[in-house]
Amino acid sequence: MRFKSNWARRLVTLVTVPALLTTALAGAVPASASSSLPVLKVALVAPSAVNDLAFTQSMVAALEQLKSSYNLQISISDNEFVVSDAANLIRQYAADHYNLVIAHGSQYGSILQALAPKFPKVSFAWGTAGSTFNQPNIYAYQAASNQGGYVQGYMAGMLSKSHVIGVIGPIDVGDAQLYVDGFKAGVLAQDPKATVHVSFTGSFSDVSLMASAAKAYVADGADVLTGSSQSVVGAIGIAKADKAAWFGTQWSQASLAPSEVVSSQVYNWDPVLEKIFTGIRAGKLGGSTYTISLGNNGEKIVFNPDYPLPASVKAQAEKLVNKIADGTLTVAQ
Amino acid sequence: MSAFFTYAVLTATIASAIQYATPFLLAALGETLGQRSGVLNLGVDGIMLMGAFACYYVALETGSDLLGVLVGMGVGAVLGLITAFMSVTLRAKQGISGIGVYIFGLGLSDLLFVRFVGTPLPVNPLPTLNVPLLSRIPALGRMFFQQNLLIYLAFLLVPALAFVLYRTNYGTRVLAVGENPAAADSLGISVTRTRYSTVILGCTMAGLAGATLLLLDGIFQENLTQSAGFIAVALVYFGAWRPWGVMTGSLLYGVVTAVVLQWKSLGIIPLSVADLAATAPALVTILALVLLAGRFRQPASLGKAYVRGG
Amino acid sequence: MGWLALPLSAFAALLIGALLILAFGANPVTGYHALVSGAFGGSYALASTAQKAVPLLLVAAGICIAVRANVWNIGGEGQIVMGALASTATVLAVPGLPAFLLIPLVVITAAAGGAIWAGIAGFFKAYFNVNEILSTIMLNLVAVQVMNYLLSGPMVNKSQSFSVTGLIPQTKLLSENSWLPTLVGGTQLNLGVVIAVAVAVAVYFLLWRTGFGFRTRAVGLSSAAAAYAGMPVKRTMMNAMVLSGACCGIAGAVLVFGSISHRMVTDGSLTGFTGNDGFNGIVVALFGGLNPLWSILSAYLFGGLLVGGTAMQAVIGVPTDLVTTIEGLVVIFVVSIDYLRFRVRVQEEANELGQGHEAAPPGGRRSLVFKLARARS
Repeated sequence: MRFKSNWARRLVTLVTVPALLTTALAGAVPASASSSLPVLKVALVAPSAVNDLAFTQSMVAALEQLKSSYNLQISISDNEFVVSDAANLIRQYAADHYNLVIAHGSQYGSILQALAPKFPKVSFAWGTAGSTFNQPNIYAYQAASNQGGYVQGYMAGMLSKSHVIGVIGPIDVGDAQLYVDGFKAGVLAQDPKATVHVSFTGSFSDVSLMASAAKAYVADGADVLTGSSQSVVGAIGIAKADKAAWFGTQWSQASLAPSEVVSSQVYNWDPVLEKIFTGIRAGKLGGSTYTISLGNNGEKIVFNPDYPLPASVKAQAEKLVNKIADGTLTVAQ
Repeated sequence: MSAFFTYAVLTATIASAIQYATPFLLAALGETLGQRSGVLNLGVDGIMLMGAFACYYVALETGSDLLGVLVGMGVGAVLGLITAFMSVTLRAKQGISGIGVYIFGLGLSDLLFVRFVGTPLPVNPLPTLNVPLLSRIPALGRMFFQQNLLIYLAFLLVPALAFVLYRTNYGTRVLAVGENPAAADSLGISVTRTRYSTVILGCTMAGLAGATLLLLDGIFQENLTQSAGFIAVALVYFGAWRPWGVMTGSLLYGVVTAVVLQWKSLGIIPLSVADLAATAPALVTILALVLLAGRFRQPASLGKAYVRGG
Repeated sequence: MGWLALPLSAFAALLIGALLILAFGANPVTGYHALVSGAFGGSYALASTAQKAVPLLLVAAGICIAVRANVWNIGGEGQIVMGALASTATVLAVPGLPAFLLIPLVVITAAAGGAIWAGIAGFFKAYFNVNEILSTIMLNLVAVQVMNYLLSGPMVNKSQSFSVTGLIPQTKLLSENSWLPTLVGGTQLNLGVVIAVAVAVAVYFLLWRTGFGFRTRAVGLSSAAAAYAGMPVKRTMMNAMVLSGACCGIAGAVLVFGSISHRMVTDGSLTGFTGNDGFNGIVVALFGGLNPLWSILSAYLFGGLLVGGTAMQAVIGVPTDLVTTIEGLVVIFVVSIDYLRFRVRVQEEANELGQGHEAAPPGGRRSLVFKLARARS
């Protein structure tokens, strides 16, 4: 059978370090030869798969991107949706003297709040709820996903012929909440009479529920859909089947429905990670909150070339992006 | 609330309910057959997951949904053979062996998914087949006769299974083995063969249920079924081991779920109580059974391995 | 349950696991080495394994009671959650109590929460003939939504302040007096281990040294014979269900009050909180031969498998699903090998005697009672 593996998985397998061994099995560390910086040991704990085309994938991609230039040694623990297991993992990484432990999920926050004081020499990073708990060794990162949400909502308002638009979130928290709020605001800014349905499935991972919610919206007449979290693949499948337009967030989802995905707000965590890495190397282990936004190249609206987007809509979107990026237009949160 | 009571929304909700109910119905019908012969299979969820993954992988590689469905059924049959071997020949304690199959299917389906599917892409959904003439009937046509092939198949299996159980020799043998295997044995009915056939058929249907779920969702994911297999087993009890009862239970479950989802998306159910509203299908099922139960009893030999000469 | 069945099955399953590792292009020897060291290599690992085993043992102890009464409690997941919610709510209500009062209160309320939740299913079974497989499964579904509702609504930590987003569904920091004290400094080992072992021992005494336990086992071996002998079958089964739920409830409390974050958090799913302990506990009970004392060992080994599996993933990149698959295989093999055991034949005899269609077992009531007393585990 063909080995069909994507680059992320191969790289993970190649660079993963025996983080959890307590015996002398710890092998030699493959240091990147391209940089004279000391090695930075980074661990990522994420609630979904590295190839989820959404939340986790965006962070993994950013880490891989920066690996050689920042001389990183990366360990990834994905699919850690069991919170108590994730807690043990984070603690283990910290105890194994990792320089940075990234807890990529709002459900992990309380873990960092409890652990950070116990490991003052380890830097922790938490996304995406935006609080450092006033700890000197916690960085917080978040996505101003309401910005891209606004732009895409505006486009949705322009594109929808039925003026009914459906938004499906997982849980009303973090960047999901911001995205949903921004999107709705964008739709109403363009078309105040549009009907925007918003609901939350209550789960980050339930694909079937997302699909069912999408079906319910289509039944209401929605011809444009959007949603957030790693379970959106279910909703995208419905968009594809019922020929509804889809706006994606967190990662480019065009591959999932080439004729239906209009655009995606792609997260680029590089700017945030670079600040964190630089800070750690300079001895600052936390205490700051960093945000990716349309203005700092952290968020980008990536148009799907296969979708027949009218030029006027695209032009309007780009105008909005520029306005938000340079601060002329502020999106409420 | 008025937005709900429109033609478009009501008919679409029921149509959606029927789609949602179908995987449950298929798995539950299969389990009914097995339980009627006296075999309890709690591994349905694991078999559904394996069937779903098999269907996904084949559909992804070959582009053919139909081939995917067939392979899914085949996987179900193989797992059914293993289950039958454990429960019938080896006389393993049935509840626990089923849980073993569940855990095995849960782990292996995702393991294979991670190993063999790099970037998950959606597969083509099944095309909607409008039943000629019937699909033109106002309201009913939209709700019942504009579905896809597997859904029609599932609902046709209800009278088919009823017919098989109550009107064929095979069905009589199944019922006899389920009620009194010793007596059936003394009449020359092979308890072993009968139970093997019902379990393998039942698990084939579980594989089919998984494939159906996969094609309805369009993509595979770890634990795609989210315990749907267990709900299907529960529905067998709800339906009192009768195909029409099982259908009623599946539809009830599907309708309540679809209505709650629709009310959530229309804002009829406020976000603050959305979670509590999501308990409705389960609560309705329990309450309905509380009202109805006591009138039906399970097959007498359910869950017990048969030993000749006891 | 023969002692040979489990190691043989484990060996066969690990062999198949090695093949799966090879299919991933990884080295099984490295993988299994990582698994063993991750689970048992060093005092920290040993402690983590023990801590992981705690909820497994608690659930298993409850399952020993239930399954021996022939009551199928598949609702462990929901009972764990309800026990956690009940004890968390209690501590949120009376945070000021001193630890020596608060911790027992936590255990009691958790047990009550799980017991009540299981009791609902037991009640419906006893008095309305609603099969417990159906009701416990449905109640699991209800429990997760109740948890999500409570943790994002009435029980949420309202004083969370984030710059932009809403409230994360979690409680505020639970009173320090309720934290299960760490037994060995620098490790994860906390009082939960003591509680779990105590419960297991108590269940053992309950099942084999009390009248209630005798009745429970009798009802499980043959409800017809037990009824014939004058035992209250329905009440016994319901009690078994309730006690089983209580054990699961305590597991929920340990998950919350022994946690690193000292709060109750939800990610929206059942498994996100329980880690599938409700099902894994059934497997642990099976491996322990439905004997709570042996379950202590099987829980520890099982915990090792889970902890080691995470370590193995970090080293060779094979997902923890491999461990799940191996777990399923071991169950399948164990359950299959069991057939070859002498004890099964004794069990079957008792079954048929009881469930046969005669009014009284041949040899009379006395011989059945004798057989019950002899079949010790």
